[in-house]
Amino acid sequence: MGRIQLKQVKKSFGDVTVIPPLDLEIEDGEFVVFVGPSGCGKSTLLRLIAGLEDTTGGVIEIDGKDATSLPPAKRRLAMVFQSYALYPHMTVRKNIAFPMRMAGLDKAEQDKRIAAAAKALNLTDYLDRRPGQLSGGQRQRVAIGRAIVREPAAFLFDEPLSNLDAALRVGMRMEISELHKKLATTMVYVTHDQVEAMTMADKIVVLHAGVIEQVGSPLELYRAPRNKFVAGFIGSPKMNFIEGKEAAAHDAHTIGIRPEHIDVSTTEGHWHGTVGVAEHLGSDTFIHVHGVPGCSPMTVRVGGEIPVRHGDKVFLTPNLDHLHRFDAKGLRIA
Amino acid sequence: MATQHSRSAARLMMAPAVILLLGWMLVPLTMTLFFSFKKYLPMRGDSLENGLEWVGFENYVRFIGSSSFWPSVQATLVIVGGVLAITVILGIFLAILLDQPFWGQGVVRILVIAPFFVMPTVSALVWKNMFMDPVNGILAHLWRFFGAEPVSWLSDASLQSIIMIVSWQWLPFATLILLTAIQSLDSEQLEAAEMDGAPVVQRFFYIVLPHLGRAITIVILIQTIFLLSIFAEIFVTTGGAFGTRTLTYLIFQRVIDSQNIGLGSAGGVYAIILANIVAAFLMRIVGKNLDA
Repeated sequence: MGRIQLKQVKKSFGDVTVIPPLDLEIEDGEFVVFVGPSGCGKSTLLRLIAGLEDTTGGVIEIDGKDATSLPPAKRRLAMVFQSYALYPHMTVRKNIAFPMRMAGLDKAEQDKRIAAAAKALNLTDYLDRRPGQLSGGQRQRVAIGRAIVREPAAFLFDEPLSNLDAALRVGMRMEISELHKKLATTMVYVTHDQVEAMTMADKIVVLHAGVIEQVGSPLELYRAPRNKFVAGFIGSPKMNFIEGKEAAAHDAHTIGIRPEHIDVSTTEGHWHGTVGVAEHLGSDTFIHVHGVPGCSPMTVRVGGEIPVRHGDKVFLTPNLDHLHRFDAKGLRIA
Repeated sequence: MATQHSRSAARLMMAPAVILLLGWMLVPLTMTLFFSFKKYLPMRGDSLENGLEWVGFENYVRFIGSSSFWPSVQATLVIVGGVLAITVILGIFLAILLDQPFWGQGVVRILVIAPFFVMPTVSALVWKNMFMDPVNGILAHLWRFFGAEPVSWLSDASLQSIIMIVSWQWLPFATLILLTAIQSLDSEQLEAAEMDGAPVVQRFFYIVLPHLGRAITIVILIQTIFLLSIFAEIFVTTGGAFGTRTLTYLIFQRVIDSQNIGLGSAGGVYAIILANIVAAFLMRIVGKNLDA
């Protein structure tokens, strides 16, 4: 059980409103990712759900019960912090046992749960070490272990992977996804990395300046972004936006086309321009093309290798099926 | 400091400082040891020029055999222990209070440090004459206001009074060190403990107190060094009477009042031994906090 509902939830610090009244429903067992640029209020929103911050207005319901003024410990939520927040003077075993000890569970049950969590997270050999003797990934797993043993209604993750190096991040991303499949517990995950959001989420909540821009499955957001912000934020490399005459020809203020929906040719095409930087990744090539009217440079993704170099002339043709149109306010035109 | 060359250069450059410090320590120590085996009563005509009479361990036997020796060791330990307990416990309490955000924080923090800047002689005199005086002291007025008989602090509760005065001086030091330690505590750890269901008291004992371990150790070790040798506070208040004669004070009386330098030197050696015993105990109890 872990259904979380936010009704007209609002947060201000003094005169500054960080989150204007906001509604959101998180279903039981869902993996929800809050994503947005730094300072968009996503961490604040998570802390409101956790109870670490007081709401300025509105109601937070957990499993249908009003939890707005409940203290964090009573909400049956477990949180994994960005800094892991392990207790440095306790061994891994004691760290994981801490929430159970506070709840007054008997020793046998504690040991059983610790053993199970340690096995699931590959920590069995490290139970008697201190956090200071562990690597970043291991610390991360201890923090998750400490959350699991409480058997909470929902897990809250506050940018848990941002302190890990790139390779570990990919690994932990998969481990957390696996864990969600296995436990089928609600997870709320905050990140600024749209790749994490796309790969892990059942439902993505895109936040911008405290306002929910769009809620939907990863592919819904990719296929039909509700406005220019979501269109630019979801997808990597970023969507190209073209304004002016080219957009007017499609009855729009701005048109957007993703780098992967543009064909490149050296002989003919709709637009032509000069290649700037070409990033050869092997599996893909990202070309930044200068001189396209209304959008410069335009980023183009080509699968595999393509022999273009700085200064070459290329022709580009957009795939019109994947064209996104936006009005003057940046909203999508269906 | 990687190469052989830079290591030997470093040793060479550190040598003057090491030699100076060693001399600074060794010369008085050797002289104390030397005098402690001699009969040296300047008022009776003994002097270095005429040569001093070797008396073996006679000074040591006399010093430890005196009826005031063990009470003085006891008084020393009571004062050190009492002041440590008060400053550490109150220091933690004050540090937590001062860590809370409140209006005028900067001014209050400076005010809290203030007693540390007052000279021991002055603060002891202020306490003696303005607070603890049984006729005109503020405490006496307070007692009378509530209809109680004023306490003659420095004679009836002499040891406690000294502990109070010295604690007042050292509390700022403890508070300051503990405050900086508390400020370095990661707030996410406290939040994690809160999410884990630990109420305020548990958070203090499981998170804050272990975090303060190292700072508390440093406070205890540094204060002990200074508290073992407090002198001015006793000199200007009780003058060693009413059971406030510490080992330091006893040595002072043997050397200055009795003009017996040999006997005083033997007492000095006992003081060194006592300090080392105390240090060994402390390192055994709290020293492990300094590792890792």
